[in-house]
Amino acid sequence: MYRYDSYDRQIVAERVAQFRDQTRRYLAGELTDDEFRPLRLQNGLYVQRHAPMLRVAIPYGILSSTQLRKLAHIARTYDRGYGHFSTRQNLQYNWPKLETVPDILAELAEVEMHAIQTSGNCVRNITTDHFAGVAPDEVVDPRAFAEILRQWSTFHPEFAYLPRKFKIALNGARSDRAATFFHDIGLNFVKDPGGAVGIRVIVGGGMGRTPIVGHVIREFLPWEHMLTYVEAILRVYNRHGRRDNIYKARIKILVKALGVEEFARQVEAEWEATRESPSVIPQEEYDRIAAHFTPAPYEPIEEPVPAFVHALADSRAFSRWVQRNVHPHRRDGYAAVTLSLKTTGVAPGDATAQQMAFVAELADRYSFGELRVSHEQNLILADVRKRDLFALWLEAKSAGLATPNVGLLTNIVCCPGGDFCSLANAKSIPIAEAIQARFDDLDYLHDIGEIDLNISGCMNSCGHHHVGHIGVLGVDKNGAEWYQVSIGGAQGLESDPSLGQVIGPSFAAADMPDVVEKLIDTYIELRTPEERFIDTVRRLGAAPFKERVYTGPEVAHA
Amino acid sequence: MPEVIRNGRVEADAWHEAQILTLAQWKERRGSIAPGARAAVRLEPADDPAELAADLDRLQLVAINFPKFADGRGYSSAVLLRTRHGYRGELRAVGDVGRDQLFYLKRCGFDSFALAPHRDPHAALASLGDFGTRYQGSVDDPLPLFRRRIAGRAARG
Repeated sequence: MYRYDSYDRQIVAERVAQFRDQTRRYLAGELTDDEFRPLRLQNGLYVQRHAPMLRVAIPYGILSSTQLRKLAHIARTYDRGYGHFSTRQNLQYNWPKLETVPDILAELAEVEMHAIQTSGNCVRNITTDHFAGVAPDEVVDPRAFAEILRQWSTFHPEFAYLPRKFKIALNGARSDRAATFFHDIGLNFVKDPGGAVGIRVIVGGGMGRTPIVGHVIREFLPWEHMLTYVEAILRVYNRHGRRDNIYKARIKILVKALGVEEFARQVEAEWEATRESPSVIPQEEYDRIAAHFTPAPYEPIEEPVPAFVHALADSRAFSRWVQRNVHPHRRDGYAAVTLSLKTTGVAPGDATAQQMAFVAELADRYSFGELRVSHEQNLILADVRKRDLFALWLEAKSAGLATPNVGLLTNIVCCPGGDFCSLANAKSIPIAEAIQARFDDLDYLHDIGEIDLNISGCMNSCGHHHVGHIGVLGVDKNGAEWYQVSIGGAQGLESDPSLGQVIGPSFAAADMPDVVEKLIDTYIELRTPEERFIDTVRRLGAAPFKERVYTGPEVAHA
Repeated sequence: MPEVIRNGRVEADAWHEAQILTLAQWKERRGSIAPGARAAVRLEPADDPAELAADLDRLQLVAINFPKFADGRGYSSAVLLRTRHGYRGELRAVGDVGRDQLFYLKRCGFDSFALAPHRDPHAALASLGDFGTRYQGSVDDPLPLFRRRIAGRAARG
């Protein structure tokens, strides 16, 4: 993974000093709330329902075991002993004290971490495929490009006060695990027939209040122009994006208003004027960064691996876990493993300090001391020897990290919701927990098969409900919490990206497990043997699902 | 007399507000202003700096107004004036400008700053140097850090 040099260390240290002084001036009354707000936001600090919330950047989701131990230490020392892994590969602390935030940032800097631009109307943390560098379907490893973009976006002077937040995602694999069609900019790394690396540039996707699938504005951008082209997009957006209405301020609204062709024309014109600049990435810089992402020192291992094959045959529980939580690797004898943070009864994505410290130890012993955060809010060990999988499973199970539900209904993606977030209209975590409790039969879960269930507590869609095969959105109606349900969304992993369609009036919290059960029952009755839930919805449309959910007297809706 | 930060120092302002024309006023009067006369224009966030491109060598001062500091359009206006249009005169940030914006403003090509009246320009000077190094190129230094890293490695052999 990328390691700081003296320049990187200096920049982050100076940020800590700057924010320490800003916090001092705020507490001394020299800065008003309005003046301090964007300064704290650009350091990931929100003022929330109970206390400030601090969002720590995990650049493109990659962590070392040392960093995870530090996150555990911060959770114990400055918070209430846990943290929440978010859908954008970041970590959130829900209970820090404002006065201690500069100290937390100083602790983070010790392990080459920060909270820079994790909120505010600026370029946010760059995200990518959580299997980058190990996925068998990878065409181009996006990690070095993600780090180059991280450095470029950090304190970019021209784009610190954009109309709205700005999210960039990178993908270099055939499956799009980074949801690049649902970001302000999506960069898909591809190769031309001659093997040259380029970028398919997608703009204007997003969720939130106005969900839109992004548009390709350039099919092949030579990689060395990544920064100049992204800068051209941002300049057009910074100058012309709407600032009169925060609900219409994202780049997707500008793209829609101008039309994709006109928007692309303006970007190309801006780029023509700036493309020959010192910001073109030299091969030497790419090589310097890429040298931090060389393959781990794998040992040669022959397939099949006898110990692994025997364990699969001996233990049904183990083989079920392997089926769901173990993923293919490009090297023989290795696999990637998802450690689930989706145990029933625990808020999705929450991890205690003990669990973090334990996962750090697992990473050291089983995966070269490195791990990933997935945007499904789980932790991933990317480089595990297959012969170690059984031992790893036993250890993970003992710590509650081996729920075999990746891709299944109970692997719910969920925002912190009304329990913690001051933006939320409704609670989301109790809904997730009630659904997980209803579907507690593992055999049945596996029979239902692959399905994404996403819950957001408000229109900001942090739970990505628009791309859930089943999406749940918390809404406020006359002060009461209701839940709107959509079906048919997909982030584009194994099929085309699509947005979910709302099935009808909203439901009360208590009815949500019934509603989900009726949707699942409908699917089970109507599916063909090969169909996943999303396939059945696409083949038949929403009508049979709606009919089942809205008939019967017991469900009240608003 | 009001003070401004100019070229890294606090100075008395050499301009009176009434001397600084809006873009519309400038377009209306430019024909009647003698070439070589002292002239200044203030751009609003939505004004296109390209409209001044042909006149920049007649202007001693271009001010860019920030009605709200969170409206960042003026940063791009400054970059375009300094790079695309080659403006070399004084470029001033006016309006809701505070010390915590100075570092970014300076990087985008501003060399003078009229802080909001309740803010102390002397205390603000320190923030011009909040960061000693930076990753990306901009007006103040078009070379991204990676170009300097490469040059540093070459120098070390």
